[in-house]
Order: sequence, then C-alpha cells, then structure tokens
Amino acid sequence: MSEVKEITSPEQAAAERWEEETLAPVLQKRPERKQRFETVSLDAVERLYTPADVHDIDFDEDTAFPGEFPYTRGIHPTGYRGKLWTMRQFAGFGTPEETNARFKYLMAQGQTGLSVAYDLPTLMGYDADAMLSEGEVGKCGVAVSSLADMETLFDGIPLEGVTVSQTINAPASVLLAMYLVVAEKQGADWRKISGTLQNDILKEYIAQKEWIYPIRPAMKLVVDTFEFCTRHVPKYNPISVSGYHIREAGSTAMQELAFTLRDGIEYVQWGVDAGLDVDEFVPRISFFFNAHNDFFEEIAKYRAARRIWSRTMRERFNAKDPRTLQLRFHTQTAGVSLTVQQPLNNIVRVAIQALAGVLGGTQSLHTDAYDEALALPTDQAALIALRTQQIIAEETGVVNTVDPLGGSYFLESLTKKMEDGALDYFAKIDAMGGMVSAVEKGFPQREIQESAYQYQKAVERGEQTIVGVNKYQIENEQSKIDILVIDESVRGHQIARLEEARARRDDGAVANALEKLKRAAQSGDNTMPATIEAVRAYATLGEVCDALRDVYGLYEEPAF
Amino acid sequence: MTERKIRVLVAKPGLDGHDRGAKIIARALRDAGMEVIYTGLRQTPEMIAAAALQEDVDAVGVSILSGAHNTLCPRIVQLLQERGMDDCLVLVGGIVPKEDVPRLKEMGVAEVFLPGTSTEDIVTYLRDNVRPRV
Repeated sequence: MSEVKEITSPEQAAAERWEEETLAPVLQKRPERKQRFETVSLDAVERLYTPADVHDIDFDEDTAFPGEFPYTRGIHPTGYRGKLWTMRQFAGFGTPEETNARFKYLMAQGQTGLSVAYDLPTLMGYDADAMLSEGEVGKCGVAVSSLADMETLFDGIPLEGVTVSQTINAPASVLLAMYLVVAEKQGADWRKISGTLQNDILKEYIAQKEWIYPIRPAMKLVVDTFEFCTRHVPKYNPISVSGYHIREAGSTAMQELAFTLRDGIEYVQWGVDAGLDVDEFVPRISFFFNAHNDFFEEIAKYRAARRIWSRTMRERFNAKDPRTLQLRFHTQTAGVSLTVQQPLNNIVRVAIQALAGVLGGTQSLHTDAYDEALALPTDQAALIALRTQQIIAEETGVVNTVDPLGGSYFLESLTKKMEDGALDYFAKIDAMGGMVSAVEKGFPQREIQESAYQYQKAVERGEQTIVGVNKYQIENEQSKIDILVIDESVRGHQIARLEEARARRDDGAVANALEKLKRAAQSGDNTMPATIEAVRAYATLGEVCDALRDVYGLYEEPAF
Repeated sequence: MTERKIRVLVAKPGLDGHDRGAKIIARALRDAGMEVIYTGLRQTPEMIAAAALQEDVDAVGVSILSGAHNTLCPRIVQLLQERGMDDCLVLVGGIVPKEDVPRLKEMGVAEVFLPGTSTEDIVTYLRDNVRPRV
C-alpha cells in the first residue's frame, strides 16, 4: 500500500472501499495496539496484503513452478515429497574421542548427516599446545591439531557413506586435506565422497572474525579448493557461503540475504578469473542461512535468495546448466535468539524457526538445543533439537505439498521486497569495486553494527519483545537445567596426543612438504597438493598454517 | 569543577571473534557520555592490563563467549593488581554459566553481566560503582 498511486487499479479500488466501509469505523472504536508493526529486522509490516500488493509480480516470470527457473518455489519439483531435508546437527566438543561418540549417538537416533564444530584454536590454525590456545581447547568444538585427531574423529564412520559438513574457514584447505587423507585411508573413493566445507572467508572479515591471512591470499586459498575439488572430489561442496554469522552479528534479514549472495557472486567471479568454467564449479557452491524469529520474513528471504541467484548466474555469468542456477542451502536456527532466562522456552523458538526453514525449502537443517545460550548442548538437549525436526517432518503435514505458502499476497510481496532490497545493496557494492573492496572499506561491517545497535535499542525500549527477558520475567529465577562442562583436562590430553603424533612421524618428510607448500604459495600454484602431502606426513595444523603465515602474513582489522 | 568522565576499556580476550556485544556496549557507554577504548580482538591478559594502565581507565569490561572465562578473567584481575590498579573495576559479560559467577567474584571480578542485561543497567552500574577520583 504505497502512498503515491497514479492510476487506481480495480484491486486498489477494492482495497480502498474496504478501508472506508469496514476498517475505518472499527479503527475509530478501537485503535490498533501500536502505530507501527514491524519485523524483527525493524521493517514495517502493513495491516493487510491484497491483490493490489502483488500487482507487479508476474506468476510465470517471478514465481513460476518448483524445479523451474527462477526457482522461487524451490529447486525440486516434488519439494519434500521426494526426499526430506537432511537433518544435520552441528556437533563437536572436547576431544576427538568424545565427539566421535556424540556423532555415533546422533546417527543412532536417526540423524542423516554429520556436521563438525571445531574449537577456537583449530578455527584459528593453532595447535592445542600453542600459547594462545590456553583455556580454549575443546571448549567451542572439537580439538583437531593433526591427522591423528581427524582419524580418531571419524573412527568407525565410513566417509563414503555419510555426508559430513565441516565448519572451518581460515584453515579450511588444511582440514579438507586431513579429511581427504582419512577418507583415502578408509579406502573411500574421492570421486564418490560428498560433504561440505564452510570455507567462506569473506564472512569471516564481515562478521565471524576468525581470520588468519589478509583477504586476497585467503581468497586465493578458497579458489585453490574450488579448482582441486572440481578435478578430484567432484561431488564435494568446497564452500558454504554463509549468511548465518552475518545475521548473528546483528544484520537484518535483508542484509543477510544481500551480503551472502554478493559474497557468492564474488567467489564465482574469482573462480572465473582463475579460469574455471561456471557450469563446472558453481553447481557445487552451497549456501547457509539463518532462521530467525520473524516467520514470514525468513520464508521470504529463502525464496528471494533462490530467485536472485538463478537470475544473477544467468545474467552476469551466462550460466547454462540448471544446477548452476539452483541455489541449495543449509539452515540453522538463530543462536542469538536463545535466552538464558527460562531456557525451556528456547525449544518453542527453535521449532518455529525450523518451520520457517522448512517452508522456505531448505536442503538441510540444524536445530539449536535449548541450552545453547548457556553452554554446548548436553545429549538430552541435542536429542530434543533433533526430535523437533522429526516432528516437523513426520507429524505436522507441512511437507505434503510444495511451497505451501506460495501465492500468499503477504509472502509474495515480502519476497519481492527482499529481492529489491538485496539488489540495491548489490548496486552499492558493485560501485565499490566488488565485495573484497567493500569489505576492505568496512562497508558491510558498519551496516551490520548499525543494525545490531538499533535492534538492541528497540529491545531496551520494549518495542521488540523477548519473552522472559524484557517481558514476562520471573524474579529470582532458579535455572535447574544440567549443562555440559568441558573440563580443563582436554588440553593436557590433546597435547599428549600431539606429542605422540610428532614423535612417530618422519620430521624430514614434514619439513620437505612444508617447504613445497611455501613454494606453491609464493609462486601462485595450487596449494592443495602440497597441503595434502604435509598433513599425510602428520605435519600439524599449526605448522601448516605457520608456513602460510610466513608467506602471506596476518590480517589486521582496521578500526571501523 | 568539571567532573572527570568515566573511562572504560572494552576488551576481547582469547580467540573468540564474537564482537557484537563488545561493540554494542562500547557504543552505549559512549552514548552515555563515557570515554571508551576498545582493544580489538584476540588480546592476551597482558595486553589488556597494559592497555588499562596506559589509558588510565576506571573499569575494564571483558567480553567473552568462548568458555575460557575461568582461565582468562582471573588473570586480568591479577595483572591489574600487580600494576597497582586495585581500584579498576573488572566487569565480565558474555556466555558465562551462573555457577561460575561466585568463583569469578571471589577472584576479584566486580560484576558479571549475563545475556539479556540491558546496556542501561551497565551504565548505571558503572556510574554507581566507579570510585570518584580527586
């Protein structure tokens, strides 16, 4: 219902009649609860959506059929009637032995894919015995310092038969190398293994901030993995372009959409510039979005993402293969929305967020555990999170038809609004010379910080409600839930394992491989073969990253 | 006599890169008229104590979400005391289990702000508790 109307269409005339005859008298008697209704992204929502709001949306061009361009309604013609999404719970804590046991537990409960959470030293490319690792080993994920740890992590889990997602970014090429060597030792064929490496370094500089090297060499490492996987591990997704962390850092839904897809375009451009064929490597680029509280806004975001991606791949890159045009994504419920107060309420939040992901057509889903605002999840909390997905899939009936909300005036209009907003951001970022340049200028970082601050203020003014936090609080609430405690002995255990691995290996072979890696990094050759050789010789994660740190240097964040 | 502005160092120790909270707090304290210095990410306790001394701050706000608080926070307190900054308040915010709060306080942390705390409450706490300087 925009303010300026040049010609009144029959739909608009009908809406105006309703406003005068039916709405106005009611508003006079009982005004609405507030002046402005808004989403969790602080975006205004109108009272009612009617055919007038979808007047400029063309069913054939913009919405179309599932499995057909522009894929607004999904990439599969049968939706979830053919195959349900993959239930992929992110897990990792303590030692590789402990996480291996959690993986086996989750699979025994019906989970259909694995997802590894690494600890902070691993994410930053440090070994468990590095000075900076003190207090952090095994805390936020599992500790992996060498191939020996990776072998234990996947002990008894055949990598040819399960898809594994790895959340690792700055040192992603090293962990990919370890994964491939473990697969090889299990006798798996690289051409058959499938899974996903997060490997999205741009969003690290933008939001998650687990970086090592300066941006441009880090982008080169990403392109090395594209090239290597395209040739040798063709079913593997070498990147998961992630909006999740952008949203968690405080962006709006539209900013999450815009920055993530623009990151995706940047990776495609770098791949093309390195001589890769769009229709060969882009089909293996996957995405990862957040599922936050505002139900319709989230669903619109996923639908808009598919439409924008397919059009962009066709228009900017002249892509031909339908698989290049189809945006596939993983969803995780919003960790940032979970509350410490009355933590069982989080089960309800997660269920609603997960439902949005499903109605948006996600390919895989992680549901957060209710205790995650406090610590890593216990077995019991992780189980409820998985059961939540199983209830949505098998009890609610939402999977019975494809894109059940398609055609809703509200949702279609919101999908269009998301798309238009994202395209405006694309234009701004293109004018800056692309995403790498925009990130160097601090543009997305500042936009996100501003949104995070505005949201915090809206919560403090009571305009955004968080149940149990700024409304319906319980005085002197006693939290009685059990939480998972990672004890400080993990570091000692990991250091002992590391020393054992170092004692067993051939130091000469390690030194040679690391030297080869440095030469590849200096000359601009693909670094993957030398990285694989190094980890196969049990060079540690820290040693491999140090070799690259020597060549590339370290990233320093400018003050924004 | 003009009142001295409260000076606060907002610090991110450890390897954790989640700086949404730290940046919101820094901006809210600035909006409340305080002078705020933000350390940036991945500071060791030694770097934080050195910055606190150099900037002559009244309080250090430590933001930590990685679970490493039991190792890092007491060390910051200890290093500040060794530098004669006994009056400098050490505040902690982030993902800290309630069970850890008494122990952190015993070790010299002045206050722990758990998730859901409003920035107003932190401003009020600082105004009420920073020791006035002559």
